[in-house]
Amino acid sequence: MTAAPQTWRAWLLHPAPASRRQAQLGGWFRAWLAFRRNSLAMTGLVIVALLVLIAIFAPVLADRNLAVQQVLEDRLQAASALHWFGTDELGRDILTRMIFGARITLVIVFLVSAIVVPIGLAIGLPAGYFGGWVDAVLMRITDIFLAFPRLVLALAFAAALGPGIENAVIAIALTAWPPYARLARAETMTRRNAEFIQAAKLLGASEFRILATQILPLCLPSVIIRLTLDMAGIILTAAGLGFLGLGAQPPAAEWGAMVSSGRQVLLDQWWVATLPGLAIFVTSLGFNLLGDGLRDVSDSRS
Amino acid sequence: MIVLEHASVYYGAGSKRVAAVRDVSLRVAEGEAFGLVGESGSGKSTVLRAIAGLIPHAQGVVRLAGLDMGARRPTASRRMAQMVFQDPYGSLHPNQTVDQTLSMPIAIHKLGDADRRVPAALAEVGLGREHRFRYPHQLSGGQRQRVAIARALILQPRILLLDEPTSALDVSVQAEILNLLTRLRRELGLTMLMVSHDLAVIAHLCERIGVMSGGELLETTTADALAAGAVSHPYTQALLRSNQGFDASSITAA
Repeated sequence: MTAAPQTWRAWLLHPAPASRRQAQLGGWFRAWLAFRRNSLAMTGLVIVALLVLIAIFAPVLADRNLAVQQVLEDRLQAASALHWFGTDELGRDILTRMIFGARITLVIVFLVSAIVVPIGLAIGLPAGYFGGWVDAVLMRITDIFLAFPRLVLALAFAAALGPGIENAVIAIALTAWPPYARLARAETMTRRNAEFIQAAKLLGASEFRILATQILPLCLPSVIIRLTLDMAGIILTAAGLGFLGLGAQPPAAEWGAMVSSGRQVLLDQWWVATLPGLAIFVTSLGFNLLGDGLRDVSDSRS
Repeated sequence: MIVLEHASVYYGAGSKRVAAVRDVSLRVAEGEAFGLVGESGSGKSTVLRAIAGLIPHAQGVVRLAGLDMGARRPTASRRMAQMVFQDPYGSLHPNQTVDQTLSMPIAIHKLGDADRRVPAALAEVGLGREHRFRYPHQLSGGQRQRVAIARALILQPRILLLDEPTSALDVSVQAEILNLLTRLRRELGLTMLMVSHDLAVIAHLCERIGVMSGGELLETTTADALAAGAVSHPYTQALLRSNQGFDASSITAA
């Protein structure tokens, strides 16, 4: 049995892989080995992984009803054996609400990334690659979005579209994409005249193929790293919208809204606002460390 | 195979328009190797790129294997002529393995059977299976240039354009690459057009040689005539002298 892991390792790290699958898996394994050596990045990964697990297994970890059940006799209780993190102003268990809040936070983070990255790449890659009037038009549009302060624009969108978690996602996504477009454009411009692009043209590759197979893979690492560094900002914007009442609507457990509801009792029952605030802080930190680590790993390889 | 008639190439527009190549005519017969020499900025690389279709020629005719080449070339016509670039560090995608680099032309032209073609192309340029899944940064300069040659040959072109294919390499590796090109030309019956500032490299591979300066083709001669010093144009004579190394008489003569 002890020989098995060694052979797997040898198979993955084989200098002359026999098949594409082996080469691909080996490449990932090497990247993972480099990532694992970075302890801060691993801390970030553990935090994010824990958060994902908590979100997935929330119904197992806690009773869904406790998150919304109002027991007014138990309101604003301090931590106890029954309510580990105490209760809020409506007598709901704070720990349960934080566990279910992780789901909302992750859904927002996931949806915003799924919207922002494709939009940023779809605007930035053609702008950088084609230049000329394509660049001028796409970048002026980007400048318009970039000219507004992020939270204010998100507020305006959320207010216009109506409060709610889907609209919060749209509002955040609409304000978060311009930096990605500019990043993708800058990365593309440094590569568009490279000889390997000319070689691809000479082979008969279409513009779309060049963008998708030659330039996109070079832009993607920096965009993904930027995204993980931005995660903290996205979570805070979502929390900010929740705090202002434009994000998730009661009785949904959203961390920002929970902080907001605790602010009236901040001095006497500090845990109501502080504990969800800590959750926001730790999650943001986790994504930041993960992004830093990814950047370090991709730096050392080049 | 390659016919250029009164071809001119311009860079820039309006008052800033510069003629990089003026009224160049040349023909290269099938199976022949033609060399273009000249100093930096003489327009020799521009001629090559115009033939490859990387930059449009403003005037004149470019004809490959009897077909007129316009500004937009159909994808199928790309199989006829391929090019090897000067810098093997820049002409391979840094994040793609050799396998991915060589698979792209197969995918573009829907040749299929990549699992057979890629190792075959590598074997043809003297690389083994163990190089197939390497990244460019894991290869030496000579190995990278071999990969670039394999990429050019995987479409089985009849014309191979070479833009100073050895000038970025060590002297010992230069000889290897030149021998490889000589062998491939013989085995595959390739028509070659090579650009270089190194007369020795050109004379090694090419029978006929064109001398360029200031965007014009000054003289067409043969490798044998060049070796014998039997050249007529004063510029060619000066170029020949400069290639013979440091010589006090060449300075006093100039």
